[in-house]
Amino acid sequence: MILAWMIIVLLLGGAGAWAANRFSALWSRYISLLALAIDLVLVSVAASRHGQTRIGQWLVELNLNWIPPFGISLHLGLDGLSLLLILLTLFLGFISVLCSWNEVQKRVGFFHFNLLWILSGIIGVFLALDLFLFYFFWELMLVPMYFLIGIWGHENRVYAAIKFFLFTQVSGLLMLVAIIGLYFVHGRTTGIYTFDYLQLLGTSISPAVAMWLMLGFFIAFAVKLPALPLHSWLPDAHTEAPTAGSVILAGLLLKTGAYGLLRFVVPLFPEAAKAFAPAAMTIAVIGILYGAVLAFAQTDLKRLVAYTSVSHMGFVLLGVFALNEIAMQGALIQILAHGISTGALFVLVGALDERIHTRNLDNMGGLWAVVPRMGAVTMLFCLASLGLPGLGNFVGEFLVLFGVYPINIPLTVLATVGIVFATVYSLWIIQRAFHGPQREYPRLHDLSPREVGSMALMIATIIGLGLAPQPVLNTMRPSVESIIQGLGVGNSKSAVAGSPGSLDQGGAH
Amino acid sequence: MLDWLWLIPALPFAGYIVLALAGARLSRAIVASVGVGSVGLSTAVALVAGVSFINSPPSNHVYSQTLWTWISVGNFTPRVAFYLDPLSLVMTLVITFVSFLIHLYSSEFMIDDAGYSRFFAYMNLFVGSMLTLVLADNLLLLYLGWEGVGLCSYLLIGFWYQDPANGRAARKAFIVTRVGDTAFAIGLFLLFTHLGTLQIQEVMQRAAQHWTMNSPLAIAAAALLLGGAVGKSAQLPLQTWLPDAMAGPTPVSALIHAATMVTAGVYLIARAHVLFSLAPPVQSAVAVIGAATLLIAGFSALSQHDIKRVLAYSTISQIGYMFLALGVGAWSAAIFHLMTHAFFKALLFLAAGVVILAMHEEHDMYKMGGLRRRLPLTFWTFLIGAASLSALPLVTAGFYSKDLILWSAWSSPSGSTWLWIAGLVGALLTSLYTFRMVFLTFFGEAKYEVNYTPGNGIRLPLIVLACLSLVGGIVELPRTVGGQPWFSEFLGSALPALRYVEGRTHAELVLQIVAAVVSLSGIYLAYLFFLRRRVSADGAARSMLGAALDRFWFGGWGFDWLYNKLFVTPYIWLARTNKDDFIDSIYDGIAKLNEVFYRALSQTETGKVRWYMTGIALGAIVAVAIVVFL
Repeated sequence: MILAWMIIVLLLGGAGAWAANRFSALWSRYISLLALAIDLVLVSVAASRHGQTRIGQWLVELNLNWIPPFGISLHLGLDGLSLLLILLTLFLGFISVLCSWNEVQKRVGFFHFNLLWILSGIIGVFLALDLFLFYFFWELMLVPMYFLIGIWGHENRVYAAIKFFLFTQVSGLLMLVAIIGLYFVHGRTTGIYTFDYLQLLGTSISPAVAMWLMLGFFIAFAVKLPALPLHSWLPDAHTEAPTAGSVILAGLLLKTGAYGLLRFVVPLFPEAAKAFAPAAMTIAVIGILYGAVLAFAQTDLKRLVAYTSVSHMGFVLLGVFALNEIAMQGALIQILAHGISTGALFVLVGALDERIHTRNLDNMGGLWAVVPRMGAVTMLFCLASLGLPGLGNFVGEFLVLFGVYPINIPLTVLATVGIVFATVYSLWIIQRAFHGPQREYPRLHDLSPREVGSMALMIATIIGLGLAPQPVLNTMRPSVESIIQGLGVGNSKSAVAGSPGSLDQGGAH
Repeated sequence: MLDWLWLIPALPFAGYIVLALAGARLSRAIVASVGVGSVGLSTAVALVAGVSFINSPPSNHVYSQTLWTWISVGNFTPRVAFYLDPLSLVMTLVITFVSFLIHLYSSEFMIDDAGYSRFFAYMNLFVGSMLTLVLADNLLLLYLGWEGVGLCSYLLIGFWYQDPANGRAARKAFIVTRVGDTAFAIGLFLLFTHLGTLQIQEVMQRAAQHWTMNSPLAIAAAALLLGGAVGKSAQLPLQTWLPDAMAGPTPVSALIHAATMVTAGVYLIARAHVLFSLAPPVQSAVAVIGAATLLIAGFSALSQHDIKRVLAYSTISQIGYMFLALGVGAWSAAIFHLMTHAFFKALLFLAAGVVILAMHEEHDMYKMGGLRRRLPLTFWTFLIGAASLSALPLVTAGFYSKDLILWSAWSSPSGSTWLWIAGLVGALLTSLYTFRMVFLTFFGEAKYEVNYTPGNGIRLPLIVLACLSLVGGIVELPRTVGGQPWFSEFLGSALPALRYVEGRTHAELVLQIVAAVVSLSGIYLAYLFFLRRRVSADGAARSMLGAALDRFWFGGWGFDWLYNKLFVTPYIWLARTNKDDFIDSIYDGIAKLNEVFYRALSQTETGKVRWYMTGIALGAIVAVAIVVFL
């Protein structure tokens, strides 16, 4: 039941925060923090009580009947992969509440209600082991996010909210069709009509049908990720959302797409995924380069950071479809590191916007002299973004590249060039905002203690991921290994690099 | 004592952390003692480690220390581990010692700067990263140090960030070197994929076992590492960033852009010498790149007016010599020149810094003159540095190291007369541009009233480095002068000695005399041109051809222009053109199309029953027709 409580606590917390607003806005904020804290305790209890997972096993599992006639159940399961993503969710949840402390002043209760409901939807997505339930949570995150952008966003918020809603909703419906298709295919072949993930694993499907069903899932996840050419909702949504919304979008919602690829697309349709891998990897690399060039062109700082997500998430897609352990572990590290680094950049952009009331780079410059602490922290996360060794993103990106090289050298080379492009836009941020001649500013105050506290946590995490990522890698190893095992043997081309067999190839020349 | 090895890089890092977190609240005295002290302690530990390494060498002349496993996925298991052998020991000693002197110098030189603690924080971070680079036991950790020094170079070039020109120079340095690093990174992917490890010694062993001479993989791997090396060491075709990097404070130019970071490429190639020996075409490319770079940069140095830019081109040119040595297999000669160059080039920069300070930020040598009376100590030390750079025979360290390179270019199996001639022409250029600088700056009539006396913090490093620039050569004496090759013998366990071609060795003394004459005649020519003005250099420069050449050399042979046209402008054009993302307009198109349909269809919503009836009737007819005819 502990898994269900994680979701329920946030739902209740959201309702409580809304109700508490009658008394004081501050109460809404405190109740939100409390709900997140309780969840954190629950997760730690769940994780510590059950220790390490072995391959193909769940740390904690919950399976209750829901709608038995249709084979729908409340099936939740926690493994290393979902554990890490839930920790990231709660971490960024705290950051989101903290960074909205001053920014959000209207309808504070309803704001926190939406915030917590999105988070509970996200946690549900990371836990669901029933496809119907998964779809339910998938939609649950969507609606409150729509409100969050549409009500508390910036100037062009309604356009952005509708665009976000349409993209996700249409692609979500495709997934629903694919889910129902899979349900019937499985039912016809085995006689058991069920939405249960574990039973659907290993369903024998004809290659053509598998490809279509796989694409249904893939498109839904590719929109979220986002992958080219389905990315164009993202810059608008990220730019117009309030800071907390951008943090959750970039840090978490995009990750549900990556999670979906790892949890559903690859294990449910291993053969189709293998066949589709070259195309997916090509899309990924184009996204890396395209996003980076577009980021460089932007003058709205928030939009710039939004486009960097398109570029960085390309590495995740690339790593997942390399279909080997090194690249997949890299993709996971990249998911976590990008969540932290981009989340932090959005918080910083929001904090800057609060102070100078602009996001336009043309109106900035020389801020280092005025707010040096802010400059130094922004510099650090820009460096993370350009893949500086010692910070988390480097480990993610390089593991992906090490994993992809044996499979496809040209794509590896192009993706590596993407890191040069990342250097260009990251240094450009620093130059335009913090370096250069100082402009006239109203009296600015540097990061407040609350901001310093949340930044310090994020800095410690990104450095920890960069220098000692091993505990994280160990936590997700069983999940990754079971995905790789599910792909079966005969996948020699993407076998782990550097095996003794590959040594001989070199000697022959 | 070697157990303390990890402290050598850790101490500067600790200094960085203290200064980064608390620097703004500390007094200048405390900042200086943390900044200089951390590097000083690191130097002390390095000296102790060095003495104990030499007195009681560990087995196989190798000591390694693992701190923790960095990443472990499958068989990809790079560790955070340090590796001490004669090569990394020499590098460590040079880096710590020169860094300490430059930090000491900076504590006085930068005293009036508002960013005092920021400066020392970056400098300490640099020293820590550089030491990680040379002590790394695997290529991934080496890459961490490699990128770390690149970052510090960026931060320190753009140290005075309010001037956009400095920012541009800093970004250029970072981006151009990162282009080289891309090749380096791909090299790492290749090595790991085919050899299954990144641990440097393992990589070399397995490469030697599994790859034959000239195997395509060995050639590709060596070429990719060379890509990284030419970026970091500012060699052709990625040399363009270094002259602009002079925008940083002068101690930065001395430490990063002369003595240490820019020689990282030389270290990398020496470290991976097994790989380069397996790829003779790439190794020849190293020699040719070195020879071409040393000539191109030498000519450019000749036409600069900015004293720091002369020194920058000179650095490119001298690293060209090191590449030439690596290319002909004279590994220890390259490291020898790296060491002496670190001494005399750091000295020249530091002395030039005093000149610039005394001249109130004036860099133009044509506005200087006659400074030898006003700044006697600076003059003498600068003169010693210049003599060493010009390889003044017998009395300077530069003579011994450069002579060894010329000699190796001549007598190595992979050497040739052409490479030797290139080196010799370079030597003439070197003494010509060096003494042009000396005469223009310190001789002639004083054009500026100077009232400045450096304090002890500046004087001490100048004196120590001047001594080393004179006597640093005695560690490796050629056969004709005593014959004591201690340095290359010490490096012997890490870098194999060069086998000379038998037939060409008898000429050693003759070649040395030729080199000495060339060096001296360069100085004499400079004297004629720029001091006696017997031959008017200005006149030559005013002629049509002379003016064109002067402009061409001054602008660094048009590389910047070319790269701007080829890369920068198209990239910016592409980004600007697609700023609004043409893919988005497709979705906008769909939305527009919907709107058009909506408007068109809403026209039919008239409320007139006649029209509705007609519509229903027509629809029925069409439906019936479809059923009947199909």
